Amino acid sequence: MSSGVSVDLQDMWIKFGDFVAVREANVNIKGGDFFSFLGPSGCGKTTILRAVSGFLEPSDGNILIGGENMIGKGPNERPTALIFQNLALFPLMKVWENIAFSMEVRGASAGERRKRADELLDMIALSDQGDKLPSELSGGQKQRVAIARALCAEPDVLLLDEPLSALDLKLRQHMRTELREIQKRVGITFIYITHDQGEALTMSDSVAVMKAGIIDQIADGKSIYDDPSTAFVASFVGENNCFRGKISKIIDGQAVIDSNRTGALRGRIATGAQGKLSVGDDAMMFIRPEGLSLTDKEASDTRIMAEVHHSEFEGQSYNVFLEGTEGKEMKMALTNRGEAQLFDAGSNLKISFDANQAVIVPVGELASE
Amino acid sequence: MGWMLLILVLFWTVMLIILPQLYMFDLSFHPNLPPPEMGGPKDHHTLENYKYLVFGAPGNEDGYNKVDLLVFVRTLIAAAFVTVIDLMLCYPIAYFLGQTKGGGFIRILVLLLIIPYWINEILRAFAFRIIFGDSGVINEFLILFSVIDSPIDFIRANVALYAGLGYAYILLMIFPMYNVIESLDRNQIEAARDMGASWVTIHRRVVIPYAKPGIASGCTMVFMLSAGALAAPQILGGPSSLWFTQLVYQWFNTGSNWTQASSYAIVLLGACLVIVLTVMRLFKVNMGDIGK
Repeated sequence: MSSGVSVDLQDMWIKFGDFVAVREANVNIKGGDFFSFLGPSGCGKTTILRAVSGFLEPSDGNILIGGENMIGKGPNERPTALIFQNLALFPLMKVWENIAFSMEVRGASAGERRKRADELLDMIALSDQGDKLPSELSGGQKQRVAIARALCAEPDVLLLDEPLSALDLKLRQHMRTELREIQKRVGITFIYITHDQGEALTMSDSVAVMKAGIIDQIADGKSIYDDPSTAFVASFVGENNCFRGKISKIIDGQAVIDSNRTGALRGRIATGAQGKLSVGDDAMMFIRPEGLSLTDKEASDTRIMAEVHHSEFEGQSYNVFLEGTEGKEMKMALTNRGEAQLFDAGSNLKISFDANQAVIVPVGELASE
Repeated sequence: MGWMLLILVLFWTVMLIILPQLYMFDLSFHPNLPPPEMGGPKDHHTLENYKYLVFGAPGNEDGYNKVDLLVFVRTLIAAAFVTVIDLMLCYPIAYFLGQTKGGGFIRILVLLLIIPYWINEILRAFAFRIIFGDSGVINEFLILFSVIDSPIDFIRANVALYAGLGYAYILLMIFPMYNVIESLDRNQIEAARDMGASWVTIHRRVVIPYAKPGIASGCTMVFMLSAGALAAPQILGGPSSLWFTQLVYQWFNTGSNWTQASSYAIVLLGACLVIVLTVMRLFKVNMGDIGK
């Protein structure tokens, strides 16, 4: 099986009339990577996938697969296989016929097709199910058949359009692991579309976070979470406490922001925002709930005073919902080490954080819940 | 509420369709007697009427009733021909209607298909006669553009008849197919395309198998109605081509021989049923699919 084919989007624009669905996308996907496009619905991620698969021509720019320009080539001429959100298995064909459809199209004999289908059925652990109809399979089994059908065409790039969204939570988590394993086994490039950050972070080598047709950041999962470039990425991926203020000082990649609500707070300027901020600019600082902790420290620029609104015990952690000065809401997640204490509503706490875990980015739109 | 509706439909089917047919079935096995003698001593069950269709009048030198049998076979073949033409014509239309999004355009198209059917069948048949006539629009155009020198006799060649019959049942072919194709998931077509299937393969392996119930439903209706049509053959048929229904009509009307007419009608009905059921069996369509 072929492997390691890169996919590059160069200055790609996709417009529908006046509506810009994708704005100047530049993405370089390494061969053999598991790459995800993550974003809320309507952000243009499926449009990108349709452009890569050839169902849609970009209005401008290039799509390179393995260095070869794909513009003007139809979906059947590209070395890609697409797995649809609803899987789109052929309901009137048996499972094995579904899997071997791409071979049937190329004129392979029934014997060859059956043999290859059986091999793939073994791979997806559905060995004896080849003669069933898709409707006789469970959701997870259909999922695997769709993957086998796509792999049967021996594509260089497998495109997946939220294929897990129809499954229940447990199966979804199981399929994440399985997808990742299949990807490692076959070694081809996977491009995965999802609005589920858990899926994107657990499976991907690289993630592109999208908002309204614009790719905000492309990085590995850890960087997306710990070092977001924009306010949108910080607020869309995981939970975050946002503090807004004016930059009063910049020293060694760190900055102090001043706000009436919380006073002076010190944080680290995001890697993707360095050079974009200067003293006097409005900025946003994000601190994860797990980045907040209790302290006895005297007043400093990494300490916040807050009042407990209410607390929640979640087993492994307990969440404290806080209200700072002027009603600033915050959430603190403390790990439960056995001495869990639930704070009374109204009690005053001193909260501190590590300036390196507080990320400062330019002011931007937040992800809506 | 539901069972009342069922009873009404059942009443309609039994009283107005099945019982008269059964009466005709029985009638076809009786000799043709004037009404006072019906049920009298001369009345008995007989196969005479059927024998007449096959062997002709007693003393017929040919041995078979060649004229009527020929009309019978030709009618069935012609009806099958009309069905095939309609299928080939309507499948692309139904596919286009079913898979195109964008309501306004489709609604106009459907409206344009439906509106001509507000005009009654006989008027439509006469309109076709005018269109296909010696000095009709088509001949005039062909002569105007010097494609031909003298008018083509479309009526004698039965072109007008096939066109008229084909057009008469076009909606019955389009709508069952359109209904089914409309519910076909577009992603299936795209998935097949993504896997390299040509348009022919996509239709052969994905669309047609899915649309089969609609195709079967449309074909059955068009075949049955074409074989049983009377007005179009009467008005558009060439002088040498008789439709079997015209024979039935003649026996009922001019011949006043209801028992003979019944036997002809029953044979036509039986033959149509056998053909339809055989074809359904061949293409593995269940009766239940037709109702889909």
